[in-house]
Amino acid sequence: MLKINIEREMLTAVGKTLLKVNAEVAEKELLCLFGHSGSGKTTLMRILAGLNKPDRGYVEFNGQVWFDSAKKINLPAQERNVGYMFQDYALFPNMTVRKNIEFGQKIKNAEEVEKLLTLFELETLQKQHPQKLSGGQKQRVALARALAAKPQLLLLDEPLSALDFEMRINLQDEIIKAHEMLNSVTLLVSHDIKEVEKLASSVILLRNGKVTGHGNPKEMMKLVNAQLYY
Amino acid sequence: MNEDFISTLLLTGKLAGWTTLILFIIGLPLAYLLAYKRFFLKPVLEALISMPLVLPPTVLGFYMLVAYSPEHFFGRFLEDTFDWRLAFSFEGILIASVVFSLPFMIQPLQNGLTAIPKSFREAAYTLGKSEFTTFIKVLIPNMIPSIITALAMTFAHCIGEFGVVIMVGGNMPGETRVASIAIYDEVQMLNYDVANQYSFVLFIVSMVILTVIYSINGKKKIFF
Repeated sequence: MLKINIEREMLTAVGKTLLKVNAEVAEKELLCLFGHSGSGKTTLMRILAGLNKPDRGYVEFNGQVWFDSAKKINLPAQERNVGYMFQDYALFPNMTVRKNIEFGQKIKNAEEVEKLLTLFELETLQKQHPQKLSGGQKQRVALARALAAKPQLLLLDEPLSALDFEMRINLQDEIIKAHEMLNSVTLLVSHDIKEVEKLASSVILLRNGKVTGHGNPKEMMKLVNAQLYY
Repeated sequence: MNEDFISTLLLTGKLAGWTTLILFIIGLPLAYLLAYKRFFLKPVLEALISMPLVLPPTVLGFYMLVAYSPEHFFGRFLEDTFDWRLAFSFEGILIASVVFSLPFMIQPLQNGLTAIPKSFREAAYTLGKSEFTTFIKVLIPNMIPSIITALAMTFAHCIGEFGVVIMVGGNMPGETRVASIAIYDEVQMLNYDVANQYSFVLFIVSMVILTVIYSINGKKKIFF
């Protein structure tokens, strides 16, 4: 169970906005954060990963406090065991595909690396460097690397936004695979209604830093289609 | 070529080599601090490091001489504790050279670090890696061109150093007489042939170093 109750001032294109989120995410949920640019989706993900600090509130995961402004607790990113997939994938150019995945492991385990390479169909690319890969291949390596650390929470920040339509469809299945393999909570940022309907088990709608809806994908996408979450 | 010529060039190389090595060891953590950390008086530290770029070498040389003097605290401390006298010694010009070449090491390293996407560091942290591991395994390998530029610029700048060395070290063969001082000295004595030999060597070495830097920087875009 992920419990979030945070506030943080954000700077957006239209000025300062308060990001205010109070939500609970159940075990095994694949939660999608849906909203316009500047609505606070990425900031929320970064707060959960420990990369940004909220001004007030708390974040708790499976009973462990990650952040609590009242008790002055702020667990560093290294200790949260979160798998974070960045918009630019952040693959290390000095390492091969295999080395990137190995780097994610806390304890070296060649067998696990082989498993991930097979699962994401990267065996033939394992000796390549990331700069030689296509967008879709990079995305698969980034997913495999995030999973190599055996995270308890998977955060995917617009993982498919840079890809063309066909590639998106194929890679949505990879995300489902990753979520099932992890068997925990996954948070995904997306702008695409069809993608949300295919992947998510629940959705949070964000608008100017505020939660304007939280529920199952069908209901939430109805609100979006009817423009009611504006 | 006479012995003097060779020993002067060797001393020049020794000064530049030691300065570059010491500055690399100091420079990496300092550049990291300046690139990524926010702290009180950071602009003052940055200004101090960049001072040798705008300050006449004689000013720094003068202050170094004052500091080395047993009349003052630092010089007296060195003499009382270690029996060292830094003025007009190799160690003295080495310290002055380290201080004077600081920006040539720090700035390329700092630029190299800030050019690396922030997400690289953040990805490593979320994978449980410490700042130190991230620095060694992710940042350093992805800034090799900047490291080579920093080493080469520092070395090349040291080879051509004149003002600080003559102020702090004078012109003592085998101890403080480096090539740039030898050129000046030989011209004063109208030995143009020897001055020309020194000048030619410095010209070629500097040219080779700069060509290496520019060819590396041309290939820099491999990574990003």
